[in-house]
Amino acid sequence: MSDNKLQSQIPDGPLAEKWTRHKANIKVVSPANKRKLEIIVIGTGLGGASAAASLGELGYNVKIFCISDSPRRAHSIAAQGGINAAKNYQNDNDSVYRLFYDTIKGGDYRSREANVYRLAEVSRNIIDQCVAQGVPFARDYGGMLDNRSFGGAQVSRTFYARGQTGQQLLLGAYAALNRQIAKGSVKSYTRHEMLDLVLIDGKAKGIIARNLETGEIERHGAHAVVIASGGYGNVFFLSTNAMNSNGSAAIQCYKHGALFANPCFAQIHPTCIPVHGDQQSKLTLMSESLRNDGRIWVPKNIEDVEKLRKKQIKPSQIPEEERDYYLERRYPAFGNLVPRDVASRAAKERCDAGFGVNETGLAVFLDFSTAIQRLGKKVISERYGNLFQMYEKITDVDPYKEPMTIYPAIHYTMGGIWVDYNLMTTIPGLYSIGEANFSDHGGNRLGASALMQGLADGYFVLPYTIGNYLAGEIQTPKTDTNHEAFDKTEKEVKEKINKIFNIKGKQPVDALHKKLGRIMWEYVGMARNEKGLKKALESIKELRKEFWSDVLVPGENTEFNQELEKAVRLADFIEIGELMALDALNRKESCGGHFREEMQTEDGETKRDDKNFSYVAAWEYKGEGETPQLHKEPLVYETVHLSTRNYKD
Amino acid sequence: MNFKLKIWRQKNNKSKGRFENYTIENVSSDTSFLEMLDILNDQLICTGQEPVAFDHDCREGICGMCSLYINGRAHGPDDEVTTCQLHMRKFKDGDTITIEPWRSGAFPVVKDLVVNRYAFDQILQSGGFISVNTGGVPDGNAIPVGKEDADESMDAAACIGCGACVATCKNGSAMLFVSARVSSLAKLPQGKIEAKRRAKAMVAKMDELGFGGCTNTQACEAECPKAISISHIARLNREFLCAKLQD
Repeated sequence: MSDNKLQSQIPDGPLAEKWTRHKANIKVVSPANKRKLEIIVIGTGLGGASAAASLGELGYNVKIFCISDSPRRAHSIAAQGGINAAKNYQNDNDSVYRLFYDTIKGGDYRSREANVYRLAEVSRNIIDQCVAQGVPFARDYGGMLDNRSFGGAQVSRTFYARGQTGQQLLLGAYAALNRQIAKGSVKSYTRHEMLDLVLIDGKAKGIIARNLETGEIERHGAHAVVIASGGYGNVFFLSTNAMNSNGSAAIQCYKHGALFANPCFAQIHPTCIPVHGDQQSKLTLMSESLRNDGRIWVPKNIEDVEKLRKKQIKPSQIPEEERDYYLERRYPAFGNLVPRDVASRAAKERCDAGFGVNETGLAVFLDFSTAIQRLGKKVISERYGNLFQMYEKITDVDPYKEPMTIYPAIHYTMGGIWVDYNLMTTIPGLYSIGEANFSDHGGNRLGASALMQGLADGYFVLPYTIGNYLAGEIQTPKTDTNHEAFDKTEKEVKEKINKIFNIKGKQPVDALHKKLGRIMWEYVGMARNEKGLKKALESIKELRKEFWSDVLVPGENTEFNQELEKAVRLADFIEIGELMALDALNRKESCGGHFREEMQTEDGETKRDDKNFSYVAAWEYKGEGETPQLHKEPLVYETVHLSTRNYKD
Repeated sequence: MNFKLKIWRQKNNKSKGRFENYTIENVSSDTSFLEMLDILNDQLICTGQEPVAFDHDCREGICGMCSLYINGRAHGPDDEVTTCQLHMRKFKDGDTITIEPWRSGAFPVVKDLVVNRYAFDQILQSGGFISVNTGGVPDGNAIPVGKEDADESMDAAACIGCGACVATCKNGSAMLFVSARVSSLAKLPQGKIEAKRRAKAMVAKMDELGFGGCTNTQACEAECPKAISISHIARLNREFLCAKLQD
């Protein structure tokens, strides 16, 4: 069932030697030729910033685009807990193979062995690189790097900088980027949004961007385009993503023929602050690192639940023997540190059974009392001080005294633009890195692995693999932005903006986005079934009509206009939502973050179907109103033996 | 809860701004300040008016994008939080709330409450980095860093680049911002090598971009949402003076 469209380019040879062999075989571009080549990078998160900086250092001419006023605002900044690396500094028998294996298993056997092995391999270089850049990782008293544990692993391999690891890693990459901007090798375009991709003779040759400050539509040409625009979790409206995070760049690529892989694989993070009302704009994540020392529970007795809801008792008044530490009960080997999808479903199971601990019935406790007794308040405060402070500011509850309440929320999307081993999409010259691509996390990403993948792609993979393509472009002159392809694409972009702008309907963008979010959460959220997914597909179609006939965008389109930005992004979220539902309907198995209710064991665990679904589902756009075509890339396991994920013993 | 809002409206960088009055009703005390503005904008849009432009993104206090001057204080009345983490329970029912953009010559207004902080990027581009390329670096544990030094470096590195310090300072000085970066890197052996050159370059850039000088009023520290200490300014001054003496 292999598909001509999907050539994964996985190198031959033993797993541990593939990347080394591949590097030896791919082409390189000489310094004199690098100076002649231009690369566009979309996004300035860990992937985009690290890639642009590294490509600039190599001598390429790079243009980098971000939608914020500074590259440092990218949402990687909000990652809290840490970054994994197979350093084995703790002497707990960690290795490249173990990190590889944990990642494959954590992803429920839906990622490529070769990609994941490479990720584990270069993870070690990332730590070295970040230390050299001055990232202030946590240290022990001997001056050595400290580690903590994270979900889905039995070793301590997570490096961290308090609860702000993403911020510190991004500031490292941003500093490297700034150094190149000062040198002139990278040109930075802030408050610019890519609105379309330009292809010439089937190759990615540039973009159409909107200057968000002036509303001006601009053309930018290059020899290659790199999409590092992050994930599409905001399709749910309420998610842990930043408000401006969006999937528009990826969707534009999809509409030009780049295949979109595994869109239904979205991660629901178990430890977020619960929803408080319908005026809420976003959900706040409480780092997974909290599960190192926090214990998750609900009361054993329904009477206690009712008293809690009526605020007749405080959670700390419920005695130890009346508490159900359900993760420790169900998964003794991993306890509170089971992977995110498992922890999320377990919380849903308890809440569905009526044991949710707040007024909405959608919350469980994350309790630090045992850890505070064991380690003292000072140690806990050193580890999680800023998270505790953030929690108190939002909820007005002091987590040193009473347990946190948490509930799962959409956090990360494993699906994304299909890429081969070189991180190139199905469009020649178009690359995708970080969360924007689909490649390394399969059906579920392990905690502290997003930062690892973003930086692996940007620092250590793309700078090599892009040379293999660009070596064939050294004779190609600079892209002429007066080419008719730019005329045509620019015209389409302007027409689309005018169309949205001229609808002048009744509903603000957010009202429609909330409707989309409700459809997605209800039918394409934590538990999915055939009937619900079909209903979602219908409802999304209706919503699309509603959007294109009733959206209201005030102001003018030739100025700074945040409502227009949101409207353009929502039009694309509707497309993504539909694609997610379609993919979820097709994948009739439960796997990682994708839980099909029809496919579960008697005790509610996921039931994977390796015989029929051990493939990457890559969707090809077939035009407006047409059903996308499914392509399958079979997943071949040469090293790992496929087994049922077991976190019980 | 009900509030009267007095909000700065300004069409663009070239036009003159003015305050406009609005009222907002039935806001839950659990609503965040920015959610309150979302609700207001929803009302404005539905009644055919233009919504208030304001910068925001992560809404969890880390991206540094939100930037409001609320009742005369950067990020509002609560301590050690950004505007997005501020909740309406910090106000009294019926309060009048005045909302302005950051006021600083170095941060031009884009529209309403949105300003540009490109100047911060430019300062960091002038030297806020360690000159190391990707690859070819030693093992992470080959450069031991004392825990206290790492912790202090991290204290300074917590800066989110929001610009509250500049907006608060009567001189419009960026010294707290610059010193946080200089100090964070100078505390680490890997950053020590370029420390003097870095301090000199960043201070020169700051002056060039029109930020004012520091007169030690300590207002910046008091309003910093991440409680960055002005002791970093002392370290910056030390590095800067040493560099100048060596010239």
